[in-house]
Amino acid sequence: MATRSYMSRREVEQQGFSLGIALLVPIGAILLQVLLPRLHPALAILDLPLVITLFFAVSRRSPIAGTITGGTIGILQDVLTSQPIGVNGMAKSVIGYAAASLGSRIDVENTGTRAILTFGFSLLQSVLLYLIERHLLGIREFHLLWLHELLRALVNTLVAVPIYLVLDRFKRQD
Amino acid sequence: MEFITRFKNALVLIAILLAQAIALAVQVRTPADDGAPDGRKVRLIRMWTTATVTPFERVAHAIGSGTRHGWSDYVDLRHVRQQNRDLQQQLTRMRIEQAAIAEDALQGRRLQALLNFRERYVGSLVAAQVIGTSGSDQTHVLTIDKGWHDGLRPDMAVITPDGIVGKLRDVFPDTSLVLEINDQSSGAGVILESTRIRAILRGTVAGRVQIGNLTADSRIKPGETVITSGGDQVYPRGLPVGMVVNIAPDPDHQPYTAIAVRPAVDLDRVEEVLVITGTQADLTPGAQQDLSAAEAQHAADLSAERLPGIHDDQPPAAQPAANATPSAPSSPIVPAAVTVPHPVPAVHPDRFSPGSTPPAAELTPGGKNSPPATQPNPQQPPPQP
Repeated sequence: MATRSYMSRREVEQQGFSLGIALLVPIGAILLQVLLPRLHPALAILDLPLVITLFFAVSRRSPIAGTITGGTIGILQDVLTSQPIGVNGMAKSVIGYAAASLGSRIDVENTGTRAILTFGFSLLQSVLLYLIERHLLGIREFHLLWLHELLRALVNTLVAVPIYLVLDRFKRQD
Repeated sequence: MEFITRFKNALVLIAILLAQAIALAVQVRTPADDGAPDGRKVRLIRMWTTATVTPFERVAHAIGSGTRHGWSDYVDLRHVRQQNRDLQQQLTRMRIEQAAIAEDALQGRRLQALLNFRERYVGSLVAAQVIGTSGSDQTHVLTIDKGWHDGLRPDMAVITPDGIVGKLRDVFPDTSLVLEINDQSSGAGVILESTRIRAILRGTVAGRVQIGNLTADSRIKPGETVITSGGDQVYPRGLPVGMVVNIAPDPDHQPYTAIAVRPAVDLDRVEEVLVITGTQADLTPGAQQDLSAAEAQHAADLSAERLPGIHDDQPPAAQPAANATPSAPSSPIVPAAVTVPHPVPAVHPDRFSPGSTPPAAELTPGGKNSPPATQPNPQQPPPQP
């Protein structure tokens, strides 16, 4: 018979990370994101900052923390590109908020749930980026390549699941 | 107060989104004073972030290149001799081609001088290593390990021996960001080489390169070479850009066509680049020397083709023929190094054979020509008129 554990609402909301982990993991993800395409250009399809945003937002279950984390990571991503600063920042702010809000309502410790969440939020980010580029920045040539975005969501999901399992070890019960 | 407490999460999100939207609008609408892509504050933020990331990129690059070079320079040396032979053959072939086009180049320069056209040549280059990327497939930016301290400035052209890569977008003290030609915010003035049609090359969101400001033209065919026009004041004229691979109607901009171009450089795998730090009106001394040498070689080849047999280095087969004429006077005026060619004596001489005609002083107007004189008989008197 499967062992079931119960965590009170208070216990659920008090999961956190040490300051070092909270700082180093996002920076490490951004660094890896910059370096991996040098190994192979196809690795640019990955979005490790998105995976990290989702992990922290879902784990902390605080929409405000999720928004700030997502916004900060997104802005750091923008700084290293040729895009105006704020494109990824806005998209990841929304992702962080939505993931944290969802994390406080459903069981996000399950691997399957996490995979579905990552896949869905990866697609949501693609739609948000399309809206920002096409309608906010007025780039008429920007098109949503659905097949490419589905592939990106799938790859992100496959990479995210083991990363979540590793990062779970650094969770701290306050 | 209760409203704020109740909706604080959503309010924070809205505030953060609003702040970023305003920041976006300011960046897009406010042009920089010096024509730079970003304002001063944004440039500072990019510089600080790049300065934070760059040391890690340098370390990763050093480890990666050390491993690769260790393998390729010391371990994987198969077929090196064959490659060396192939390269030497290629070098010989290219020297011949260079000699062949040297005269065309000189003629082109003379015509340009007549037209008072000021050509700009690549004057100085700085070699740099690619150490990082933007980390996204929606933007195509490279980080290189040279910056302001190495003489680099924004908008300088970045090339490889195969063709153009892009231009410098941001230059920081020790690093720079290169905007590749396949980035969506990139552009370059180009010419289609055979049709001489001028156009503007742009990157697309999908990371491809295309010409989008031309209407349908039956003269443009796949396979045509695209070179820089020099009109954008960034890339010097005549650098390879790529090759036309596809021509199709542009759905976003009718009635224009989208001419897809395959870049001459593999932009995803660029390791080392050259930054053009200066151009000049004349060729560099080295290039001028090469051109002069090629011209001299070409002229020598032409002389050898048109005047065979007058030089010492001609085949010795002509020498016995010259020596076979015993009556050939050795003129002291002719230098010994130069041998005047003489015809081979005829087997059956007639009056048309060389040497059979008497000197003009002995001929009488209206008189009969002498018989063949190849077998002169000293007893026979000369013919009377």
